Amino acid sequence: MEELVLLGDEAVAQGALDAGLSAAYGYPGTPSTEIIEYLLRVVKTGERPVVSWCANEKTSYEGALGTSFVGRRALVTMKHVGLNVAADPFINSALVDLGGGLVLAVADDPGMHSSQDEQDSRFYADFAKVPCFEPTDHQEAYEMTREAFDLSERFHVPVVIRMVTRLAHSRGIVKTREKRGENPVAKSRNIKQWMLTPANAKVNWEKLLDLQRKMEEYSEKSPYNSLFLEKSFTEYGVITTGLGKNYYLENLSDLSEKPSHLHIGAYPVPTDKIRKFFSHVDKVLIFEEGYPFLEEKLTGILGAGKPVMGKKNGKVARSGELNPDLVRESLGLPKRETKKYPAFQLPGRPPQLCKGCPHGDTFLAMKEALKDYPERLVTSDIGCYALGAMPPYEIPETVVCMGASIGMAKGASEAGFFPVLATLGDSTFLHSGLTPLLDAVSANVNMTLVIMDNSTVAMTGGQETILPSESLEKIVAGVGVSEEHIHVITPLPKNHAQNVEIFRKEIQYPGLSVVIARRECLETLKKKKKGEAE
Amino acid sequence: MKYDIICCGVGGQGVLSVAALIAYGAMKAGLAVRQSEVHGMSQRGGAVMSHLRLSDLEIKSDLIPRGEGDMILSMEPLEGLRYLDFLRPEGVLVTAVEPFINIPNYPDTEKLLDNIRTLPGSLLVETQKLAREAGLNKATNLVLVGAASKYLPLKEEILLESIRELFSRKGEKVVEANSSAFALGRG
Repeated sequence: MEELVLLGDEAVAQGALDAGLSAAYGYPGTPSTEIIEYLLRVVKTGERPVVSWCANEKTSYEGALGTSFVGRRALVTMKHVGLNVAADPFINSALVDLGGGLVLAVADDPGMHSSQDEQDSRFYADFAKVPCFEPTDHQEAYEMTREAFDLSERFHVPVVIRMVTRLAHSRGIVKTREKRGENPVAKSRNIKQWMLTPANAKVNWEKLLDLQRKMEEYSEKSPYNSLFLEKSFTEYGVITTGLGKNYYLENLSDLSEKPSHLHIGAYPVPTDKIRKFFSHVDKVLIFEEGYPFLEEKLTGILGAGKPVMGKKNGKVARSGELNPDLVRESLGLPKRETKKYPAFQLPGRPPQLCKGCPHGDTFLAMKEALKDYPERLVTSDIGCYALGAMPPYEIPETVVCMGASIGMAKGASEAGFFPVLATLGDSTFLHSGLTPLLDAVSANVNMTLVIMDNSTVAMTGGQETILPSESLEKIVAGVGVSEEHIHVITPLPKNHAQNVEIFRKEIQYPGLSVVIARRECLETLKKKKKGEAE
Repeated sequence: MKYDIICCGVGGQGVLSVAALIAYGAMKAGLAVRQSEVHGMSQRGGAVMSHLRLSDLEIKSDLIPRGEGDMILSMEPLEGLRYLDFLRPEGVLVTAVEPFINIPNYPDTEKLLDNIRTLPGSLLVETQKLAREAGLNKATNLVLVGAASKYLPLKEEILLESIRELFSRKGEKVVEANSSAFALGRG
């Protein structure tokens, strides 16, 4: 129909659009952000599908579940760690009788380019007992997304598209196919299937278990699970999953013998195909982008009966992302010759806060206010401000997960530590900071919460926050923080002395205080000005 | 035919837009293209790189294998040295001569440039001076693409057409200044 140059993320978005999408929800997170961004760009305001960012991944998922309940198709997007937040509705949604197709596009970040871990979302799909697709290129990302919607409606369960950074953020060509129309609004008639009270859930769980066989039958036939048997060569065979395939094929022409090859792109695992492959080869070499998910299934506790070489026995690097060079080494091929160059000591260039960033001024004021406390604790959170851990600021001391700064500060304070401060951004606060703040208010904990409000989701490229900045002080007051201990400051060098004074006073106050440091992100400001000029 | 390029620089310097311009031209020329980008945290003033692969055959891997790279195209000299092991023995390094100093331990500029000069197949480009000559101080990256174009398996006209198409939204003056920056870089 049409040839488009798209990021892998955008190919998923286009696939969903062409599959008759009615709603797309998500929370920004690298490397998944561009799925919703693309839809926001191509779908005209006021037209369908509904496309919007939500407060967090859990609320995104629940919105999509509502769409499905009334018979329409929904896409939910998030990064891998976002699925931890959405795990509750995700796992349980496998037990209801989905109406409209529900597709979860989750983007993993092997190698941790922009994340705190490299968890593999295939485990979540397996845990929930639902199908999962793993595209290896842009066309597959498009096709698999379309197929995922059909499959979701066929089995009445959510279907996962597992993306990874290198595909999500790579540009390639997609050939689109004819667009399918939207489903009509039709509320699920099977209400019992949606009431997961124990009596119903037991029945639904049995149904889901029965369905596993059918899902496996589907996997066995799927062209995304391709088996190539080389009759004349049996010494070893290669299994690939995800981008492992691309890196294997990149090196294939250098191998003297072409081994048998099984690629798995659709889950649940097609056991018959694996048996067929296994019986044909003497040894198995396995390349998976992510955890050794399939490898562990193959070897179990007692082993597979044949040597399986992969991440578990050290044949393939256990951590980080795969690349053509790692796969080459595991295939026993010699390193390619590279350019010879004179030695030169290269200093690293880590990311840093932008020049003039409001967070920098907030950190400098905090630093001075904390001068008299050689022992202090400042918890922090997920966002640009984590970069303030480096000189000259050296303020944040923890980064764990969205919203953890507040709960951890409460725990440390109640354990007897003083002084304790928590720092997090406005979007992170709205994502997961409200509930721990309730705990802190309820116990009137002696801590100072600093909401670093730059009026945007900065780290992921400046998406709009779910509520405007002005609502923050109302929210904080509304949950019961004493109004005399709520301050809104403007982090600018000229306000330094007075900001230091406010921090000093509130650190000394033996109760809960909240300082909102508000100044717009320079990057979004720049973008806005550019937009106005054009 | 295949041509593999590592585009690199510091977050905010325009690494992705340089890669995008070359990718656009290659697609116009009917080549298969893959452009792997880095988004997220490292874009904040840190080292940034993009793998750009052009080929007349199907491209398997989005990442360039070490020793397969034909060119490193760098927005500033220090970053140009960071990925040399991606180059094949005859590969070239094309880099802007102007350092981008945002770290306290940035090496001595003269020593750094001397090191690059001794590297066979290296080209230092005075992007700021040539952009000024072209009448658009901002057009440094176009100078750089012009310098790189001497090695790329793409016709000059295709790249000039690409510049026209990509910048036409900004008016004829910008198109002309960018085209002349490209021409000055190409030399």
